[in-house]
Amino acid sequence: MFEAISFYLFAFLTIAMFFITVTTSQALYALTALAAGMIFISAFFFILGADFLGAVQIVVYSGAVMALYAFGMMFFDTTRDLKEKQGNNFIIYGLSVVAAVLVVVIFAAPMVADGVPALYPIVEGIGNTQEVGIVLFTKYLIPFEVAAIMLLVAMVAGIVLAGKKMDLSLTMMSDAEVRDLKEDKNKKVLS
Amino acid sequence: MMEIGLNHYLVLSTILFSIGLIGVMRRKNLLMLFFATEILLNSVNIGFAAISHYYGDLTGQMFAFFVIAIAASEVAVGLGLLIVWHKRHNNIDLDNMSTMKG
Repeated sequence: MFEAISFYLFAFLTIAMFFITVTTSQALYALTALAAGMIFISAFFFILGADFLGAVQIVVYSGAVMALYAFGMMFFDTTRDLKEKQGNNFIIYGLSVVAAVLVVVIFAAPMVADGVPALYPIVEGIGNTQEVGIVLFTKYLIPFEVAAIMLLVAMVAGIVLAGKKMDLSLTMMSDAEVRDLKEDKNKKVLS
Repeated sequence: MMEIGLNHYLVLSTILFSIGLIGVMRRKNLLMLFFATEILLNSVNIGFAAISHYYGDLTGQMFAFFVIAIAASEVAVGLGLLIVWHKRHNNIDLDNMSTMKG
């Protein structure tokens, strides 16, 4: 009973938030609605007994990714209204629904057909975090390390791409120096 | 109706995935396109967690973790590229990228 109520409540909230994200013309509304939707999604993970995944969802998405987007938005002009593609709406909605149903069928068909056996069954009596740790550091150790290297590569790429001219501090320079830099910028272009 | 099964979660996952795809196809602004991508990845995560719970198998949760790691690195690299593009061209509309003039 409680599970059903919470499921429908959070399903409604998540769909509403993500709908706002894809339809609003204000970038800031989209960002905040997306952050709220991420938090609501973590509620599903808690309902499903995946406590650690829920915590990671909040920490990574609502914490790291949203902060990164918020910092990124400072670079862009987000005050003007977003333009949208003028296309055939029927094709867009139809294709989206068909593709989504296809993805779910791809997931669900093997299980419905012959009942995939559980490779790493959930053990009774120990917490979800402990189980996740045991499986992650035995069966999935190499993917875990590869993911770590991938995150390192992404961090270096982010620094190299976005961090140009970061050695110059605009707040510590005098007005004349800043003016020189601006004139310089027009010739060399920031790239 | 009151008993929440795997199908409920799969239907929810489908609906969220459709919303994300609609966002990807409708939006012109690249930042909004990134938001829609996050919605896609999250809807798939719900499907993974639900299957993991109803089949008593931890593999689904493991895949959800890796999906989250990939999403995080995608955001880092994507935003870096977006900032470089914005510095050069002063906008982030998708239409300006349709030609490969560099």
